Amino acid sequence: MMKPVFMTYTKKDLINLAVCMVLSVLVIPTFITTEYWYTSILIPWLCLALATIGQQIVMGYTGQLALGAAGFMAAGAFAMFNLILRVPDLGFVGSLIVSGLIAAAFGILFGLPSLKVRGIYLMVATLASQFFIIWMIDKFGWFKNYDSSGIITAQDIVILGKPFTTPLAMYFVCLAVTTVLTLLAMNMARGSTGRNWMAVRDMDIAAESMGVSLLRTKVQAFAISAFYCGVAGALFAFCYLKSLEPVAFDIKLSFKILFMCILGGLGTINGAFIGAAFILLFPVLLNAIGNNVFHGAIDATIISSIEQVIFGGLMIIFMIYEPLGMAKLWENIKQKWKTKIPSSTNLKSSLGKKT
Amino acid sequence: MAIERKFKIGKPILEVKNISLSFGGVKAITDTSFDVLEHEVRAIIGPNGAGKSSMLNCINGIYKPQEGTVSFKGKEIPNITPNLMAQMGLSRTFQNLALFKRMSVLDNILVGRKLHTKTNFLEVAFQLPKVKKEEKINRERSEEIISFLEIEDIKDTPVGKLPYGLQKKVELGRALATDSSVILLDEPMAGMNVEEKRDMCRFILKVNDELGTTMVLIEHDMGVVMDISDRVVVLDYGKVIGDGTPDEVRSNQKVIDAYLGVEH
Repeated sequence: MMKPVFMTYTKKDLINLAVCMVLSVLVIPTFITTEYWYTSILIPWLCLALATIGQQIVMGYTGQLALGAAGFMAAGAFAMFNLILRVPDLGFVGSLIVSGLIAAAFGILFGLPSLKVRGIYLMVATLASQFFIIWMIDKFGWFKNYDSSGIITAQDIVILGKPFTTPLAMYFVCLAVTTVLTLLAMNMARGSTGRNWMAVRDMDIAAESMGVSLLRTKVQAFAISAFYCGVAGALFAFCYLKSLEPVAFDIKLSFKILFMCILGGLGTINGAFIGAAFILLFPVLLNAIGNNVFHGAIDATIISSIEQVIFGGLMIIFMIYEPLGMAKLWENIKQKWKTKIPSSTNLKSSLGKKT
Repeated sequence: MAIERKFKIGKPILEVKNISLSFGGVKAITDTSFDVLEHEVRAIIGPNGAGKSSMLNCINGIYKPQEGTVSFKGKEIPNITPNLMAQMGLSRTFQNLALFKRMSVLDNILVGRKLHTKTNFLEVAFQLPKVKKEEKINRERSEEIISFLEIEDIKDTPVGKLPYGLQKKVELGRALATDSSVILLDEPMAGMNVEEKRDMCRFILKVNDELGTTMVLIEHDMGVVMDISDRVVVLDYGKVIGDGTPDEVRSNQKVIDAYLGVEH
């Protein structure tokens, strides 16, 4: 087996990280110049991948069926709006962190039922967060700064006095935040924190007998998960939507994140990125096929229906044949390569993806 | 045993007094008392449904007995929970295996090091030097246990993929990793073949001998029980019907009746 170079990280992981960083920092900005790619694909991809990591922590790692990621995202987004509005001294990064913490507080509150109920019942209980947070924002005008239009324009992003308003700049903001939080999530997932989460997921009674506190571990997972969702929500509103409206964070978005989590692979960090990319790119791909292969002969509404059908089908297929999702599928493909072409070690590492 | 023991059997470390446990109308354990001495290998035997596993679950805090007390290290434990007992230095394995199936063997054993992990999640997230130091110590200890149990070749395999006998070994390893002073083993040799059983006995005796860990085990194989344990307590229908050295228990008429049946 691979020897860890840097604690739990193998040489391969470090190479993967380097490849990903070069791709995202150098290659993408050099070769992709169309704004569409940044505003409609890359930025939402990073934001939703971040939220999916949050969902992974609570569902994939700790095994608590929670459904309400979008609620926490809304909490983060509106907290961000109010912080920039009312406490401008905090700055963008400071506001982002505090927004995450506010979302985490909600996470703790709505994570408490996990101590008493589990499985599908917990899912219903956590659904409360989704509805409660959206209702709260709608009900009390203060959160929206008494704006009557219903849609508030997000403030411009200013970091250290410099505006980040172009799509490319916003992409870099999202990239930086996502990279830092992904690394932190990986450190936790691979360290003792992650082992506690997984122990609770796989066999809670044994975990407790080893001295893992169920209360602390579950609440911690909910809090961290909500923090990630909160930060993701703030980025989603400020970099992608550029506006704030509670409707954007409805239950559909929660389900979308849940699908990303499951399709990507439960209990994997890279699965969050794969799942988010798939769910975002798939409709784009279908549209392209509709336009280029059938030359618009198929109605756009039909295409979007087909999209739903295929998603549903894929979910079922994955649940039956590969419950660990696309990340696992990718691992299996790599394994097969390894056994087929044992000599091409260089090729493999250059093809490697962030794990 | 003829060989001089490094850790002499000492005072009672674990005392169970007048425990009664019932599930609704079903009485699992009735007014049961026994003790476990420091550094000894203590066996609990009895026919199926005698309340052996329930007894371990009471000691470990998974079940809360309606009556009676559990004293550990000279202290009576009032609000007993698995977590509290783990912190006080009591670890266990489970009858039907309670491993973390999707985690590797090494990770399973590392979870056993939980109580020796003091760093919080933020420190882990930022990989502070003290986290690395602690992780290194925990990994070294886990590797030691892995090589002690002779399972080096499977340490990166997810536990769920391992055969039953190996899983039992991993579970023992996880309990050992806690460095507890008492380990409860619930049927550590169930479903094993003769060779695997011999291995398991060797490990249990070696741990007891080298680390002085007190072992409390439930076992059905009489040969094994009589060979490795210092004292045996026999339960039947939730009551103690015999308690003493293997020889005493073997010649106890009540025990013979319980196992072979009596004419009515």
